[in-house]
Amino acid sequence: MALKLWASSTANALKLSNGRARATFSISRSFSSVLDGLKYSSSHEWIKDEGSVATIGITDHAQGHLGEVVFVELPESGSSVSKGSGFGAVESVKATSDVNSPISGEVVEVNKKLTETPGLINSSPYEEGWMIKVKPSNPTELDSLLGPAEYTKFCEEEDAHH
Amino acid sequence: MRGAALWQLGQSLSRRLSNSSNRPKPRFFSAAAAELKKTALHDFHVENGGKMVPFAGWSMPIQYKDSIMDSTVNCRENGGLFDVSHMCGLSLTGKDSATFLERLVVADVAGLRPGTGTLTVFTNERGGAIDDSVVTKVREDHIYLVVNAGCRDKDLAHIGEHLEAFKAKGGDVSWHIHDERSLLALQGPLAAPVLQLLTKDDLSKMYFGEFKTLDINGFKCFLTRTGYTGEDGFEISVPSENALDLAKAILEKSEGKVRLTGLGARDSLRLEAGLCLYGNDMEQHTTPVEAGLSWAIGKRRRAEGGFLGADVILKQLEEGPSIRRVGFFSSGPPPRSHSEILSSNGEKLGEITSGGFSPCLKKNIAMGYVKSGSHKPGTEVKIVIRGKSNDAVVTKMPFVATKYYKPS
Repeated sequence: MALKLWASSTANALKLSNGRARATFSISRSFSSVLDGLKYSSSHEWIKDEGSVATIGITDHAQGHLGEVVFVELPESGSSVSKGSGFGAVESVKATSDVNSPISGEVVEVNKKLTETPGLINSSPYEEGWMIKVKPSNPTELDSLLGPAEYTKFCEEEDAHH
Repeated sequence: MRGAALWQLGQSLSRRLSNSSNRPKPRFFSAAAAELKKTALHDFHVENGGKMVPFAGWSMPIQYKDSIMDSTVNCRENGGLFDVSHMCGLSLTGKDSATFLERLVVADVAGLRPGTGTLTVFTNERGGAIDDSVVTKVREDHIYLVVNAGCRDKDLAHIGEHLEAFKAKGGDVSWHIHDERSLLALQGPLAAPVLQLLTKDDLSKMYFGEFKTLDINGFKCFLTRTGYTGEDGFEISVPSENALDLAKAILEKSEGKVRLTGLGARDSLRLEAGLCLYGNDMEQHTTPVEAGLSWAIGKRRRAEGGFLGADVILKQLEEGPSIRRVGFFSSGPPPRSHSEILSSNGEKLGEITSGGFSPCLKKNIAMGYVKSGSHKPGTEVKIVIRGKSNDAVVTKMPFVATKYYKPS
């Protein structure tokens, strides 16, 4: 099931002028995007390994589930995060979600733009909507994460169950 | 919206995102999809992109293809069509119907003019709320009620028990549960003009709270000018076999401006309108006085009592309740139910019962209970979210002005 269209709802709303058009759109739902070159967690965070630091955010699938993000809670630079534990939270109109760190390490930078423009998580989950940069304390933790293909399959299976 | 805790539902979606094992599994997952009841419009929701979720034992659309934000705003700017068939409509008939019902609710049912209704509260012996409901006097010997889906079993057991006792003493009243009907809510500024295209009756003569039995789109419907969004609008009880045709006709006549609207937007709308969600903002232990619904206790009922828990409620009316439901604007993350409310010097005042980001006001709104004395608009408080205190201020409700259609 595709969740991306919920998030790009404004665009849809403009196109949807009558019942017939809406029906067509429901058939054309597409899967949310998963990028190559990133690793993923089963709690729907992505991580981009850049050697000395790794960038972390939530996936397109996650932002689609949440809907429009209205508030992002981030940790302080210098604090530590540990694999599988929450480091922040994302709030949408619909729901609150804790965001877990896929790896352990020290937070070296946080995306301050999200404080003013939390919607970047919806519009650009993998680029402008990044959340924190972490200096990994145990780089081998990255090996246990999901690759793009595995994560895509994981999302499909999870959606099929609900 | 009246129904089980909706925002928990949102939370259950999000918990799936975090998927952490130390959190309790939301109970919504306990019911297998196969056991969920479906409304007559179920397939229509799915065809229109409805994201179906379990809600009070029913499979209901939490949203369609537009976001909750857009959907909420569209309802206020144009109109929204909601399937609320999960809610339970029932009729009481017989010359003693009003006398019977007055034992269970706080409204002046006997004093209602035929063809009018009001919001009311079913109370228990302790004065707490069993449910909230819209009660309508169709005729002197016919009362129509709509109760919450989440409270259906409990309400029907409660009413049934009292009904048997009342009849045993010779009271003339019987009941009928309208499982043969579906309930649609049409809300927003286009509700009346669109519905007028589907009926010959003059809707401009029908005001907020009024009830009519009439032909809509060729079917015999029960029409109440009411809703739970703060907008002008109607709840239409339609025979289930005609529900799909009616829903399609409404959407078509509006030329796409009235959109199917799910439970998510319905929750935002009722919160913006300052209306209680039973199960969140009002529970078994909350009295209507504490919940800010004293206005729903009829004058005659205040003088005479005669409803369950009247001693507790009448005393509270006289002395003032010790806690009160109030609204808040706040900064920081949106407050959610169970967020703690502190005074500016750190004293615990109470808890948030509903909260979120208002799609129409574009800021955080919430409601919750505070100790009397801290309930006045303008009182500065703190709301604790994930261990951090955030500034908030007690605010008059509704947050968004209501637009009920009343005689000018």
